[in-house]
Amino acid sequence: MKIKYLSVSILISFLCASLVLVSCSNDDVVIDPTSKGDLRIEFDNVVGDRDLALNSGNYQNAAGESFSVTTLNYYVSNIKLLLADGSSYTIPKDSSYFLIRESNSESQTVTLKNVPAGEYTGVQFIIGVDSLKSVSDISQRTGILDIGSGPTNDEAMYWDWNPGYIFLKLEGISSVATSANSKFYYHIGGFGGRNAKTINNLKTVKVDFGGKKASVTKDLSPEVHLLADVLKIFSGFTQVSIKVNTGVMFTDFSQNIANNYVNMFTLDHIHAD
Amino acid sequence: MSICSLWIIFMRINLNENLNLMRKICLALIFFSGMIVSGCKSDSETPDPETGIPKPVNWMKPSHFPDPVYDMSKNPLTVEGVELGRFLFYDGILSRTNDIGCGTCHQQSAAFTHHGHELSHGVDDQLGTRNAPAVQNLAWSTSFFWDGGVHDLDFVPPAPIQNKVEMGETVGNVMEKLRNTPVKGAAVPVNYPKMFKAAFGSEEINTERMMKALSQFMLSMVSATSRYDYYVLGDASAITTQEKEGLVLFKQKCGSCHGGELFTDFSFRNNGITPNKINDQGRYAITLDEGDRMKFKVPSLRNVALTAPYMHDGRFHALSEVLDHYANDQNSSKTDSMYVSPTLDPVLMVAGQKRGIRLTAQEKLSIIAFLKTLNDEQFIADKRFSDPGVGTAL
Repeated sequence: MKIKYLSVSILISFLCASLVLVSCSNDDVVIDPTSKGDLRIEFDNVVGDRDLALNSGNYQNAAGESFSVTTLNYYVSNIKLLLADGSSYTIPKDSSYFLIRESNSESQTVTLKNVPAGEYTGVQFIIGVDSLKSVSDISQRTGILDIGSGPTNDEAMYWDWNPGYIFLKLEGISSVATSANSKFYYHIGGFGGRNAKTINNLKTVKVDFGGKKASVTKDLSPEVHLLADVLKIFSGFTQVSIKVNTGVMFTDFSQNIANNYVNMFTLDHIHAD
Repeated sequence: MSICSLWIIFMRINLNENLNLMRKICLALIFFSGMIVSGCKSDSETPDPETGIPKPVNWMKPSHFPDPVYDMSKNPLTVEGVELGRFLFYDGILSRTNDIGCGTCHQQSAAFTHHGHELSHGVDDQLGTRNAPAVQNLAWSTSFFWDGGVHDLDFVPPAPIQNKVEMGETVGNVMEKLRNTPVKGAAVPVNYPKMFKAAFGSEEINTERMMKALSQFMLSMVSATSRYDYYVLGDASAITTQEKEGLVLFKQKCGSCHGGELFTDFSFRNNGITPNKINDQGRYAITLDEGDRMKFKVPSLRNVALTAPYMHDGRFHALSEVLDHYANDQNSSKTDSMYVSPTLDPVLMVAGQKRGIRLTAQEKLSIIAFLKTLNDEQFIADKRFSDPGVGTAL
């Protein structure tokens, strides 16, 4: 724990914590700042302008390759709700880990409880599991982070041989894939290393609501509907070809995919209640 | 255990009719008795039906060993926890086919390695890519596996359990099977919910408890009663003149990597063996650092004469072959057989001389004689570490 990278992470955590402490001030809105409510975020996985349909849907990436999707899972963590004045509310760390699974519709809506009343103008989160949690003791790996049972184990979202969560897993079928079974496998992870620096694919996503607001009061529990576009996994930073890169896991190339998917999230709409 | 100790005392008395020496031996034995006494308890005692509180194990560090790396305070050893760990370690229920336990590839008689197997041998006769390392003194390990990919003992078991060619199972499914014990008609009906309750206070079986129980058992597996240990602790007669010469040579020629009482510096090094057919890059796969290509963990040499075959892929079958490699005169060849690459360890490249470590035939014999003093006969016969009757062998 005396390691440089960890120290940096710890420092960042403290900085985040101090942000929380100063975030409770609010402006002229007629919202009782002492009251609390819930806020839901729906992660709606799409492919361009179409809804993602596992197995059955057929899509085309920027490289012109047609493909279908058999698995899409990703962790969302360290959620922070942003306010117009530049301040923010950080969800308590241990209530802020989620595994979004296309195969499980319940997992696609994240409910944030006891959020201070306010008019939130954006949301920020990490795709993946932060470095501090990634090196934590086994007693700290409960719920969705339990490596031995539940969705993380069922979906094999943890690398046993080089411990770390797989932040995003996209698997599918494409006739151009060079694998024996025509499947392509993108398992993207890497939290930066425990005692030596390794690849860091932790990405922070910020979605500005573009003038819209999610107003939380003790009676209003807004739902923020985000779209996550699978096509963006294949392009943006680097155009990814299934034919050239049929399997991408713990390699330097994975950083290109992470740099792509950091931009896959956009706001669709907000339900007031 | 105690019979074994008595036998050793008896042997020593016969060997050395010197009272002074006997006194030293007794002192050494008293020193080790901490481990021994606690072991006798775990063998004979059952959970206290009155209190239901697990009984603490007094885990003692051998005095000449450094402080353990594992934080015992986060997982205090108990008699019931260690015992549960022992059953889990040996039980084939951990594998998809229910016939491969940890003890299948980590056999006590071979200091918890897989005797006669160059590569690990798992479910459905599948083969792994590396040689099963010894399970011993893991309390002092700073990392695990040949590439050091795992840093915390509590996270070690999922790697073999979920490896497709080793145990081929998921931890989630193992726990489900454990919850459904005892199984009617099983050769040895084990009631795991009951054992978890004895160890942790309730029948709940979860990842943390399962891993901590396995860690407790593995932490209890301390090898520190070899003839070398008796020698270090004051019994000058515990090793022979040739073995002593070998020890001096060993420290001089091998000590830069295999240093300290664990006989490893826990580093990763490229020792110049030729890459194998799958071009295993070792540590590089973990760090993706070019400087780590073909580096593998420097293993502890405790019990090394019992853990053949050697190297990460078990390519050498005898210690003499290993030393021939380091001396760079395999098969008495005059040519250079060190595989040269940018990461070859500098220790093996001394300017102005042939690569490798200069060793005469006589020196090799002395070093091998010394290495055999690291055999810990008590450790490999210790009933506390033995299969409780649920194990399987391949």
